[in-house]
Amino acid sequence: MADIEYLAPRDLEEALKAMEEWKGRAKVIAGGTNLIPYMRAGWVSPELLIDFSGLKDLDLIKREDETLSIGALTTIAEVASSETLRSFSPILPNAAGHLGNPLCRNRATIGGNLANASPGADMAPPLLVLEASVHTERGGESSREIPLDQFFLGPNKTVLEQDEVITQISFPKPKDSATGSQTKFGLRNADALSIVNVAVMIEMEGKLCRKARVALCPLAPTPIRMYRVEETLEGNEITAELLDECGDMLKQEVTPRLVSIRASAEYRKVLSSVLFKRAVREALKGVET
Amino acid sequence: MKTYEIQIRLNGELRTVAVTARETLLEALRNKMGATEVKNGCGKGDCGSCAVLLDGKAVNSCLTLALQANGKEVLTVKGMGTEENPHPLQKAFVEHGAVQCGFCTSGMIMSAKALLDQTPKPNREEIREAISGNLCRCTGYKKIIDAIRDVSLRTES
Repeated sequence: MADIEYLAPRDLEEALKAMEEWKGRAKVIAGGTNLIPYMRAGWVSPELLIDFSGLKDLDLIKREDETLSIGALTTIAEVASSETLRSFSPILPNAAGHLGNPLCRNRATIGGNLANASPGADMAPPLLVLEASVHTERGGESSREIPLDQFFLGPNKTVLEQDEVITQISFPKPKDSATGSQTKFGLRNADALSIVNVAVMIEMEGKLCRKARVALCPLAPTPIRMYRVEETLEGNEITAELLDECGDMLKQEVTPRLVSIRASAEYRKVLSSVLFKRAVREALKGVET
Repeated sequence: MKTYEIQIRLNGELRTVAVTARETLLEALRNKMGATEVKNGCGKGDCGSCAVLLDGKAVNSCLTLALQANGKEVLTVKGMGTEENPHPLQKAFVEHGAVQCGFCTSGMIMSAKALLDQTPKPNREEIREAISGNLCRCTGYKKIIDAIRDVSLRTES
């Protein structure tokens, strides 16, 4: 096996400089829960590992007025237990609490989960419905803020340039009238990859749905928002008939992998429609209409 | 092979070891530091038999670079107690017959320790959740949960 070099940068500036110099030949390592198995399997063979795990500035959860920022190096365990996050919406901490297992959650980071861009990235559905943005930095260049629904390109592919790194993820405080729900279905209660992971945020005004956000994975090459379903819900009273119509629409729109060891495409389609409807009903519980 | 010198406080003892960039903490512990009590199971974070406490947090040592443990404290099952003076968890595992083939035990005990450090009196559900990253292929979970529960009930907090 070829030699790999290692760098533990003192600060973000040094890290970005190394990424620029070693463009295309370096890999960022944070928690390592994806990258280490990938390297062992020979799927990636970087010449340099840039270890971000010591950059403590990127490991924080911060509330500023009506915006919540999560540093890219925040571990999934920290996301799961954050009361600050929970005060904005419980759906992200809930999803974090069901990612992998406790041992992985202590290493895996929220930035890593998005940058890895697995079609089944468990942090994506809740962040998509919370309308999160990904903040990035590049050496010598200005930073970018990318809406999460424009971030993923395909399995393990994102809009990130080779010398660009996620520094934080942010999202606005949901309106008081908005409620959310998130459900993951796997083959076991723990230590499972998602068969379907669905998140919804619903904002009601009287009997009418003012705003709807629906996202799920892994039902397509990337985690996805269901725009047509959202539009169909918005401006309408959410009746059982409308929900059935949306569930059928969702079944038509998703494109799960045809061959998968965990579940057939047909099963995933049916399940995603059922779990979507359940999630909407769950979100509407306690909302006066 | 290019190597890097790192320092790890392993079970209280400061150790210096040279590792490569791709070497995992598990490989360094077993092959270079004599810590063969840390078991090599799946090598990809599914089984938890390589679990250690890294600065007090339970992690899979197979999913951590040795270099990422530089300057940190690593606790393995061997650092928990001695044969003469075992840790209450070690004692309870023996008393409850929570060790069948034994391969998962060293990781299982580290997850249990991390739990009890945080939550001294967990209920059975919390115990199940805490060890959900540790597979016991002998399926001896009931006795393992009994052992952990027993320690939590015995310990004065």
